[in-house]
Amino acid sequence: MLDPDAVAEAERQFSVCNACRYCEGFCAVFPAAEARTAFAGGDIAYLANLCHDCRMCFDACPFTPPHEYAVNIPQLLAAARTQTYERYGWPRAFARLLRVPAAGTASIAALALVVLVGAAVASGGTAAFFAPHAGPGAFYRVFSFAALVSGALLLTAFGLLAIAMGAVAFARDIGLPKFSAPAFARATHEAFALVYLRGGGAGCYDERRGSSSRRLMHGFVFWGFLAAFASTTAAGIEQDVLGILPPFPLLSVPVVLGVVGGVAILAGAAGLIVLKSRSDPAPQSTRMIVLDYTFLAVLALVALSGLLLLALRSTAAMGSLLGIHLALLVALYLTAPYGKFVHFVYRYLSLVKHAQEARTSQSASNGGSHP
Amino acid sequence: MGPDVIVVGGGNAALAAAITARRAGADVLLLERAPLHMRGGNTRHTRDIRFAHDVPLPAAPGAYLVEEFFEDLIRVTGGATNRELAELTLRESMTLPAWMEAQGILWQRALTGTLHLSRTNLFFLGGGKQLVNAYYDTAARLGVRIRYDASVVALSNGGAHAGGTARDGGGTRVGGVVLDSGERIACRAVVAAAGGFEADVAWLKEYWGDAADNFVIRGTPHNTGLVLRALYALGAKPVGDPREFHATACDARAPRFDGGIVTRIDAIPFGIVVNARGERFYDEGEELWPKRYAIWGKLIAQQPQQTAFVMYDAKVHGRFIPSAFPALRAGSAGELAALMGLDASAVTATVAAYNAAIVSGGTFDPSALDDCATRGLTPPKSHWALPLDTPPFYGYAMRTGITFTYLGVEVTAGACVVSEGGTPFENLYAAGECMAGNILSRGYLAGFGLTIGTVFGRIAGKEAARHARS
Repeated sequence: MLDPDAVAEAERQFSVCNACRYCEGFCAVFPAAEARTAFAGGDIAYLANLCHDCRMCFDACPFTPPHEYAVNIPQLLAAARTQTYERYGWPRAFARLLRVPAAGTASIAALALVVLVGAAVASGGTAAFFAPHAGPGAFYRVFSFAALVSGALLLTAFGLLAIAMGAVAFARDIGLPKFSAPAFARATHEAFALVYLRGGGAGCYDERRGSSSRRLMHGFVFWGFLAAFASTTAAGIEQDVLGILPPFPLLSVPVVLGVVGGVAILAGAAGLIVLKSRSDPAPQSTRMIVLDYTFLAVLALVALSGLLLLALRSTAAMGSLLGIHLALLVALYLTAPYGKFVHFVYRYLSLVKHAQEARTSQSASNGGSHP
Repeated sequence: MGPDVIVVGGGNAALAAAITARRAGADVLLLERAPLHMRGGNTRHTRDIRFAHDVPLPAAPGAYLVEEFFEDLIRVTGGATNRELAELTLRESMTLPAWMEAQGILWQRALTGTLHLSRTNLFFLGGGKQLVNAYYDTAARLGVRIRYDASVVALSNGGAHAGGTARDGGGTRVGGVVLDSGERIACRAVVAAAGGFEADVAWLKEYWGDAADNFVIRGTPHNTGLVLRALYALGAKPVGDPREFHATACDARAPRFDGGIVTRIDAIPFGIVVNARGERFYDEGEELWPKRYAIWGKLIAQQPQQTAFVMYDAKVHGRFIPSAFPALRAGSAGELAALMGLDASAVTATVAAYNAAIVSGGTFDPSALDDCATRGLTPPKSHWALPLDTPPFYGYAMRTGITFTYLGVEVTAGACVVSEGGTPFENLYAAGECMAGNILSRGYLAGFGLTIGTVFGRIAGKEAARHARS
């Protein structure tokens, strides 16, 4: 359950919304809230993650501070989302580390860098670390093949397990209904199309009202991330199935996908950072802002270090850049289940629940029970 | 040199005037009394606009012909309307959706949720503040100069124009405006669109006495009628009954000002209403709620302490849109009465008499005039009369919540303000709540205030620009 004070405050604010209902055309949150007269912690977790933070409801609300009703739904739900990430994060102790997201993430990256470089220097020596390498297997002459592969597998397994544990606990708390193919199909469509960043046609309230910048920038990051992921997969296939060792040529599938993905992530993350800095802070939660900036910074740095590594891979800087890139990836993986990265998991589950609820209420109103 | 046109006010009518005048080429200064976060007057609290249309639209299923619109207006006003201006408004209303879209307004689409799109009204996405925001963005983009915290307290006399006569005091011109700071701004034409006077409690007391202290003002605290007074001081001819206002039943816990729609009490047809003596005083089931909700503000104003109490029980709880504040709740009618500060025995007797008078065998149907009624009870409850017998019992204390006043100034079909002598001013125009009384002299039609405001705002803006640039 979320913090009881937050639940009580959410109940107070939504009782204003439920008596008003002017915002119900913007997104799924308000129709979902109207279906409830009392709110349990799970309901708030559900509504909080159903919210895509377009902030149009804040812009449209005549009751925002300094009005005595002090309604600020985007801020309330963003704060609740940060609680979700911590509350459902597994293992809990690890999730709490991210109460200081920027320092926590930076510490993990620094620690990883020390371990990686330390291990590389200890096994191969300082001279090899700072020497240029070329030809197949060049990377593995700095960092041990076995250590890299096993480390990557371990990190991936841990990340997936942690996210799955969080997702299961979240699904249980919000009362996710049994599997329904139409609900999953609808939620999948809404997630990929970012339907609720459209503000019901009005766009987002960011650097200006009616903005579509965030949806565009988010698209860059999202599709860039998928391209980078595909690049990694392709690299794995070339290496482990075809037996071709990296570095791969410039016109190979892993490198092309990696470059496209890296540039897209870098552009999208930079765009989102600029957008965030230009947006009205009033409807935002300070804690979420820190999580956002932290995640965007790590993503941008991973992309940047990857691109630099590609550009300078035949020089003496390769060892250092690879170390930095890998350390940032470790930080990205380890913080993913508790930081902004995980938003899509909880949001997707909330979309599924909403799709299911919408189907149920539709059949009810078709039955004529609506007065 | 001052601007061509000064628009006094910052709500729907003012913005329609400013945008239209600017598009016609005038240099326009808009003076909004409120600070930025409160801009838009009572338009902030609106959500839909009434308009005539020959064919069904995606966002307004079914046609709504001018003739039917006119019949509705005659019905609610009892025929007390300026026919020429009314017909002009209804005819022009057909052009509103396209014009509004061109200023950046988006419509609410049909949902599977609670909003039932109306045949007669278009709902704008996000409600009135979003409309206000879109209009301000458009006005600023076009180059309208906008000043907030700019309160106009007087209109300066610009002297008689060439054709004016001193005898009837008519034909005078306005020279500019005076702000509360003492600043004077000269201009070629003025559009007054600054609302009514409902937020000036002292003014309300002139007609209502101390009872006005118990009224809630649902909208902006800035509608204190300063500009109305300035218009009268210049010699404008009043229109509309100053005693009249539109009011609904509001939660007694509502803020004194600006509580908006969320304090409205929609429970009345589902229960009974008693006054401070614990007695019923009006048929709660007279008509379908949308047709009757607007009479309850006035009914409550006529009760002791301008207060009334609605009571209902568990059978109907959750069947209507709730207030933003939770209902009082008790195990019996007597306990609920005590919670509401009423004499428990009087209320218990009222409930018993009501329950005993209900004709048995009725079928409850809140969507129609059903056959659940009382017999031999005064006043009766004609429909939806269910016994109050299923705990928990719920209740709200209610007060009169004023939405708007009807007092204004007379205008011509060109939105020109008419002087006491009957002659139009040369360069003074009015739009919105301060002239709506020409058309809607009493009664209520949902979304019609915005219709009048937009139609006359556009006319006033066009005429003011034409005059200023001629």
